[in-house]
Amino acid sequence: MNGHKLKPSRWLLRFFRWYCHPDYQEDIEGDLMERFENKVEEKGIKAAKWGIIKDVIQLFRPGIIRSLEGNYQLNQYSMFRNYFKTAYRSMARNSLFTVINVVGLAVSMSVGLLMISFISDLLSYDNFHEKKDRIYRVITTSQNTDRPPVDLASTSVRAGYKIKETISGIEEVTQLRRGFGGDAEVGESKIPLGGLWADNSFLKVFSYPLLQGDPATALLEPYSLVLTEKSAKKLFGKTDVLGEMVKFDDANYIVTGVLQDIPKLSYIKFESLVSFATVEIQMPDSEGDFLGWSTFTENYTYLVLPKNRDLQTLQASLDQLCAAENSALENQKINLSLQPLDQISISNIQANELGHTMDLTAILVLVALTFIVILSAGFNYTNLSIARSLKRSREVGIRKVIGALKRQVMMQFITESVMISLLALVFSFPIFLFLRGQFFSIHPSVAELVYMDLNTGLILRFIALAILIGLMAGFFPALFFSKIKSLQVLKGVSSMHFFGGVNMRKSLIVIQYVFSLIFITTTIIGYSQYKGFLTFDLGFTTENIVNIKLQGNKADILVKKLSELPEVSEISQSRIITSLGMQQTTQIIYNDPNDSSSICKNTVDEHYFPLHKHEFLAGRNFRHRSENAQDSEVIVNELLIKRFGIGDNDPKKAIGEVLTVDGKKAVIVGVVKDFHYQIVQLSIQPFIIRYSANPGGYLNAKIATKDWPATYTSLERAWKEVDNVHQLDVKFYDDQIEQAYSPYAMMVKVIGFLSFLAIFISSIGLFGMVVFTTETRLKEISIRKVLGAGDGNLIFLLSKSFFFLLILSALIALPITYFFFKKVVLINFAYHQSIGLVELLAGFVGVLIIAFLMIGSQTLKAARTNPAQTLSDE
Amino acid sequence: MSKHHLGEFEEIVMLTVAILHDEAYGIAIIEEMENRLGRKVSIGALQTVLRRLEKKGYLNSQFGEATKIRGGKRKRYFFLTMYGKKVLAEVKEQRTNLWNAIPEFILNN
Repeated sequence: MNGHKLKPSRWLLRFFRWYCHPDYQEDIEGDLMERFENKVEEKGIKAAKWGIIKDVIQLFRPGIIRSLEGNYQLNQYSMFRNYFKTAYRSMARNSLFTVINVVGLAVSMSVGLLMISFISDLLSYDNFHEKKDRIYRVITTSQNTDRPPVDLASTSVRAGYKIKETISGIEEVTQLRRGFGGDAEVGESKIPLGGLWADNSFLKVFSYPLLQGDPATALLEPYSLVLTEKSAKKLFGKTDVLGEMVKFDDANYIVTGVLQDIPKLSYIKFESLVSFATVEIQMPDSEGDFLGWSTFTENYTYLVLPKNRDLQTLQASLDQLCAAENSALENQKINLSLQPLDQISISNIQANELGHTMDLTAILVLVALTFIVILSAGFNYTNLSIARSLKRSREVGIRKVIGALKRQVMMQFITESVMISLLALVFSFPIFLFLRGQFFSIHPSVAELVYMDLNTGLILRFIALAILIGLMAGFFPALFFSKIKSLQVLKGVSSMHFFGGVNMRKSLIVIQYVFSLIFITTTIIGYSQYKGFLTFDLGFTTENIVNIKLQGNKADILVKKLSELPEVSEISQSRIITSLGMQQTTQIIYNDPNDSSSICKNTVDEHYFPLHKHEFLAGRNFRHRSENAQDSEVIVNELLIKRFGIGDNDPKKAIGEVLTVDGKKAVIVGVVKDFHYQIVQLSIQPFIIRYSANPGGYLNAKIATKDWPATYTSLERAWKEVDNVHQLDVKFYDDQIEQAYSPYAMMVKVIGFLSFLAIFISSIGLFGMVVFTTETRLKEISIRKVLGAGDGNLIFLLSKSFFFLLILSALIALPITYFFFKKVVLINFAYHQSIGLVELLAGFVGVLIIAFLMIGSQTLKAARTNPAQTLSDE
Repeated sequence: MSKHHLGEFEEIVMLTVAILHDEAYGIAIIEEMENRLGRKVSIGALQTVLRRLEKKGYLNSQFGEATKIRGGKRKRYFFLTMYGKKVLAEVKEQRTNLWNAIPEFILNN
């Protein structure tokens, strides 16, 4: 007989032991075994095994099962009740510490909640597509010789066709193209409408449900138009519009479908879809390179792959396709690759995104900053708990003497910290709701990007976060307390090394303050840089100038109407507005025909330079010429002369020289001082300005009054006389500049807010420590006072160690911040403010003042107490 | 009617415990009942009743010595308490009274 086969299975006995009342366990198990052994001899192993299973199941009945509040579990449960009770009592007794902990954790947690709901929303982007796991976007990597490669979200039309034609094993290919738009004419009314061109597979790839129309054919025929519910209402005032006609630029479109409104968490958003067949008809006429391999800025390709499609072989096919097409290109390489749908909303790409995306790095930075703030609140908890160990160690000592294990003491303190953390969650929730509102208002695009609505999953995540924070914050105190030696504590407090944790506490305070100082200094330097951008001397004036977007209207009537207004003192016209990041380029050749260069340009009328007060180094302004006259004059900047070495780099000698601009000869009539054509983080480049009496684009009007609302009304009235379809789009130049730098403003706001929190949290933590220190040293203070120490002496004595910590933090934080800006941030900005001592130290001084007020008030209070009171209460 | 109510199975178990005297532990009781009465008894049913009777005070129990068989587990030996004996006697008397009350001709058919 071999041994182990004769035993009943172990899980069965384990099950029995689990449910059986502990008092009965031994003898019944013995009976079971005996019966099993008997049965093995009588009927064999198999029958015996079945028999014991039957017996164990039949034993599972009320008389045998341990009661639910049975021995061991009752124990655990009552211990937990005890933990809760002691935790509650200790929290109530030390209300100040409880408040500090709960407030700190609640504030930091609210930011954590914000981050969680934000990221949850980003991760649930495009979840409504049925085939979401199998949808991929084709992305383009374009590399020009000598330049770093650029990732683009778009692809060429040609690539889309080629993939469809040559690569097998793809379920669906769809192409879309941005830029459809215009004034939709429905009957008499004209309403602007935008949209995408999309081919017939679009509705098979993406799950945008059609309310009306046939998804199989809606986008098949040329001049088919699919509207969303919302845009149907906008155009027709109703949604039942199948078969209606809409006119864009003399072409008639038929409404072939009405879609349900696009969900907010959809990466692709549009007002309408127009069949791709339309663009196939229109484009080849107007744009010769519609089907070019390197025409990839407007068009997008998405694929649906069959389940289990091997991505590597597909990528190999794409590489093959690219290699064949690239052979025809000079100086450029274009590669295609696939990006899964769920990676689009958070990605590190890319130019030409079709919808809103969030940069992965930005998210990681935000998460890291949030984590630091939460960590800081956790440090407070750790510090204060350990500092209070003096008071609680007796409790731990007695628990241990009675028989508490290390593990149980740890459990107790972890329970306590989780309780505090859950309490903090309750308070953090309203703060979170408030912050959410603020977060939406930080930048208009945020509200378009996410909802951050509450749902069960989110609430569960919140609770999980709170528990996690509780575990993290409570871990070190729990470890500390569990290591306390009961004998020592009970023998007498004085014999213990209570301040064993002192160094750790000090280093936690230093870490807190290092982060706080880095945050605040970063904010201050960032803000001063941002202000610097706004007030930067661009080389021309923007004061009181408003820019009016022409939106396709003829300029002359509007100019005439506006110049009649008393509020408008001067008017000029320009193709683009400089210094905002807009640019147009043109090819320039000077004497050497092989040296051609792509140069930024603007086209303006003769009023532009005087109005913006550009400074001429040589030559003259443009003179008025009629619209049809050949434009043969250009004005350039200093750098352009240097770029081509015109007139030995002397502006005066450059006048009269001839350039070839886009293949036509043009004479330099003036040289202006360099100014910032681009946003100021880019260095000034060579550029030219050409002349046109009607450059299109924008009107620049100088406003003579301070009464902007009235001026706006007059401007609007004048505009309405010219254009009834579009809204007047007028903005102050200064506001537009501010708008151009709004990402920086956003960053400064976010980091500023976090630094406020970090300072707040570390300050209340420091406050708690000061209160604790002065309390424990009250007797010492009294004795010193009796012996003749003055208030000043005592304050110095009590506060010097804290100030030492602050200064130490500053010595770590400030150089880090300085070099971070110097070496990492500001090298990206061609023009920036230098970092002054004031910006560097302002935050530190502020923190120091707050700390001084807290430390000073507490120590002064301690120093002022009557020594007789403290010394007599023995 | 006595205040002590004893179920049929309970009565049998108590009687068997009495029969086995010093050897009344789980398996022995089951085997005795199976032999004498020819009825199948599961450990579950038996153990529940044993514990119930113990709780009522009719039975008492103590552990025996550990042996190598039975997975090294000790046996629990049951025996009647004085109270239990009294209850059994009472039940028997009740039965006898009932039997005696039956008119003789009914059973002699």
